[in-house]
Amino acid sequence: MTNQGIGQSVRRKEDFRFITGQGHYTDDINRPGQLYAAFLRSPHAFAKIRAIRADAAKKMPGVVAVFTGQDVAADKVGGLICGWTVKDKKGEPHKAPKHDIIAVDHVRHVGDQVAVVIAESLTQAKDAVEAIEVDYDVLTPVVDVVSALKPGAPQVHADAPGNLCYDWDFGDKAATEAAFAKAAHVTKIDLVNNRLSPNPMEPRSAIAEYDPGADTTTVYTTSQNPHVLRLILCAFVFGLPESKVRVIAPDVGGGFGSKIFNYPEETVCFWAARKLKKPVKWTSDRTEAFLTDAHGRDHVTHAELAIDKDGKFLALRVDTKANMGAYLSTFASAVPTYLYALLLAGQYTTPAVYAEVKAVFTNTTPVDAYRGAGRPEATYVVERIVEAAARELKMDPVELRKKNFVPVDAFPYQTPVACVYDSGQYAKALDEACKAADYAGFAKRKAESARKGKLRGIGFCAYIEACGIAPSSVVGSLGAGVGLWESGQIRFNATGTVFVYTGSHSHGQGHETTFAQIVSDKLGVPLENIEVVHGDTAQVPMGMGTYGSRSLAVGGSALMRAADKIIEKGKKIAAHLMEASVDDVVFDKGTFSVKGTDKQVPMAQVAFTAYVPHNYPADLEPGLEASAFYDPANFTFPAGVHIAEVEIDSDTGVTTVANWVAVDDFGKVINPMIVEGQVHGGIAQGIGQALLEGVVYDPESGQLLTASFLDYCMPRADNLPSYKVGMIETPCPHNPLGVKGCGEAGAIAAPAALMNAITDALGTEDITMPATPLKVWKVIQSRHLAAAAE
Amino acid sequence: MYAFNYHRPASLADAAKLLGSATDGKFLAGGQTLLPTLKQRLASPSDLVDLNGIAELNGITVSGGSVTIGATTRHAAVAASAEVKKAIPALAKLAGGIGDPQVRNMGTIGGSLANNDPAADYPGAVLGLGAMIHTSKRKIAADDFFTGMFETALEEGEIITKVEFPIPKRAGYVKFPNPASRYVMVGAFVAETANGVRVAINGAGPCVFRHKEMEAALSKSFSADALKGIKTDPDSMNNDIHASSEYRAHLVGVIAKRAVQAALG
Repeated sequence: MTNQGIGQSVRRKEDFRFITGQGHYTDDINRPGQLYAAFLRSPHAFAKIRAIRADAAKKMPGVVAVFTGQDVAADKVGGLICGWTVKDKKGEPHKAPKHDIIAVDHVRHVGDQVAVVIAESLTQAKDAVEAIEVDYDVLTPVVDVVSALKPGAPQVHADAPGNLCYDWDFGDKAATEAAFAKAAHVTKIDLVNNRLSPNPMEPRSAIAEYDPGADTTTVYTTSQNPHVLRLILCAFVFGLPESKVRVIAPDVGGGFGSKIFNYPEETVCFWAARKLKKPVKWTSDRTEAFLTDAHGRDHVTHAELAIDKDGKFLALRVDTKANMGAYLSTFASAVPTYLYALLLAGQYTTPAVYAEVKAVFTNTTPVDAYRGAGRPEATYVVERIVEAAARELKMDPVELRKKNFVPVDAFPYQTPVACVYDSGQYAKALDEACKAADYAGFAKRKAESARKGKLRGIGFCAYIEACGIAPSSVVGSLGAGVGLWESGQIRFNATGTVFVYTGSHSHGQGHETTFAQIVSDKLGVPLENIEVVHGDTAQVPMGMGTYGSRSLAVGGSALMRAADKIIEKGKKIAAHLMEASVDDVVFDKGTFSVKGTDKQVPMAQVAFTAYVPHNYPADLEPGLEASAFYDPANFTFPAGVHIAEVEIDSDTGVTTVANWVAVDDFGKVINPMIVEGQVHGGIAQGIGQALLEGVVYDPESGQLLTASFLDYCMPRADNLPSYKVGMIETPCPHNPLGVKGCGEAGAIAAPAALMNAITDALGTEDITMPATPLKVWKVIQSRHLAAAAE
Repeated sequence: MYAFNYHRPASLADAAKLLGSATDGKFLAGGQTLLPTLKQRLASPSDLVDLNGIAELNGITVSGGSVTIGATTRHAAVAASAEVKKAIPALAKLAGGIGDPQVRNMGTIGGSLANNDPAADYPGAVLGLGAMIHTSKRKIAADDFFTGMFETALEEGEIITKVEFPIPKRAGYVKFPNPASRYVMVGAFVAETANGVRVAINGAGPCVFRHKEMEAALSKSFSADALKGIKTDPDSMNNDIHASSEYRAHLVGVIAKRAVQAALG
């Protein structure tokens, strides 16, 4: 038992089926008589649809139907919604222009849906798509936030003047201005947080099926939160009872946020399946994924940090323009506001913070949460400007950070931007990271690199994130349309095996192992006797899904509460079996015993008795199962330090990541192997953002230039170093497991650490992500660093 | 992918006949460019004539001062060949660096040359070593074979049968891959041959080309230092989101030096 519980690196239960190709992903599912959907997508970034001629397509072999936006509108299908209403500086709600599931009069980004063909085979559907003729009035598009805010810019939506979704602010403006007025030094920085394409290994997919007899609709789809999708489809898009709709998210091959959202495609399948009374299936191809999966990041920011003569931070002010893309995606509005500005205090005691954020519509793919969602952007601002300040002040960046850290005795710590940090040991993480990175030996290594004609740099990032999302009353007051609690249910079978139901969803995180471990640890049931069930709204109690590093902190806590209820009832059964008073029964390591005696009964016997209650307490219900819901008291605040060291080939501009140290504080760690894997994956994505990845649109035509892996550069094994991952454990004080969440940390910390290292090596802050060989080479040329190196 | 007729002839004559009778036929070698193109519905040939059933097109022989590689020989076979590694190690290294294992196990030298993708590896070796391309109709010298971007001297229906590489005194190949696709962004194949020094630059321009100025310098002194100060005209370079023409022109110098160092071992 001890080698399976909390703190053990148990091998993942789910990996056998994944590694042996026996997983069941949405595209593996086929329903009798199913039809295939293929979408005609806009070749233009911005155009008015004048006419669509589909008669020829409709007559083609195997074609069952061709639908346009007019057909959808005729059925009075609602548009897609944004589930979080942000109020602007004046208290007005954000602009959320109608997002039709198939475009009606305008297309607003390349890849926007213009029509759908439903046919007996996928090939027939694709053939018919090519036979549809569309007359467009092509309009001038706008793709970047700076251009979109200029007077006279093309208007993406008539009902969002100036392309403005909202102009929002947060923090104490007056206090911030006052602090700047008395600052001894002000550091300023301009930053671009590059747009990313999520690229989960499994593309999005959906198959919807209608049962006319029962009047129920089932949709299998690649979702991180099937209950939320059901809620949106039923309550907002179609006006159907949730009791008549079932959403199943089977094995899902990665999401990184992109599978949180309600997209047009599964909605069209849902509508068409009901209309045609046949199952309708759609699976994205990779090009469609690049064109339509919600992108991440895309901020343009100016930030200023006020510092006193002793190097203490006085205030931070931030001006950010955030690209929303062509439509407001499901949670897009919250990402550059409440998931961003609330983290701008970082790990520091900066007393005043003020942020202004303009969210902007453009003729690009919608942007929404992507691994970290707002927190990587905030960390990038804070940690780039802190490092830049250290350089300007000629201070050691480590010392400057330590001088400003929230000290260990200050928790709970109220920041000037609403968060109450619950716990942390920031200086300890930094010290341990510096030791692991041999910071003291850096100067020697830099000199050694210089001898080889190479440029070496070191960069730090002391990040903090708000995870365990989130207290429902708090997010409700900030505009969320949902509560962010989680559900858990534990159901014993008569023979002592257990089903664990969680409202969170695993799409790579390893819940089937971690959640089994916490239940095993708590109830003393062997791991192999525990089956974790998730992703099916017909099996699992209403839950809120997986994103924001919330599953363990919120969903795991719900399971702990359910386990407490199991133990409570088990004690009554055990007391009866042992002829003792309930008050004298104690439970430990899977066994109920009577205090001060050798009487004991194992959990399995209690479970059996609950289902075969021949000898049973008279006033107790049979059966052994318990449900619980957990609404967190606060966010959790994982934090840590990453140190990146790079070596740059001054002849080619190629950056090699020479060393990487991460020291993270995730609170209590359940499965160190899985946590370390999450950190590795997160860093890989962060290095990807800083060094390799970037969505590029042609500024004139609005065409997506990075629409395949030939041009969109994903990180590969040889781009990445061997990471040194360390952990410190400051348990979260307000959830029963003491956990904080680990899923996004690497992606949050890595970009700032890496760019700080690159800018250190180059001696300028003036380079944007991704720092490709081309960009680095240009800096080397402009600064004549190649000659210096020689 | 659109539907097409598939043929697998056993002789060159049958292959030529099948292609001639097709409305819009294409030869299929390793398929590493053609099949993805078909899958994306970017081409719709009426017929595919698969050359992999023609035994004489496959295999490697080393004799009489040359290495001869059959047109349908896979990159992986060239990379693994002990004879090639011994005779022209730079050629084996080049083959072993094309694409990924899946590509190397299917892709062929004949297919690569006939396609003449500016970002392909093999054109660098063929031009850099001054190889002779044997076809179903004639022999074409490397200097006459590559005529432009995706263009060659091959006539309609003409099939590459084998490529004959003269064994050089020494040779080196270095490439700077496109960060995303890992195709060649700038490659340099440098060889000291019986007929003088040859420098082929691939990836950088619209078509593989010989760098005459570098050849002249290396003829005087076969060393990396000999290339110092030699510039390449950015106007002759490709330009895309990954590399400007100026950057490519700069990289030609860097990579050529490294290729010389590789040749010198």
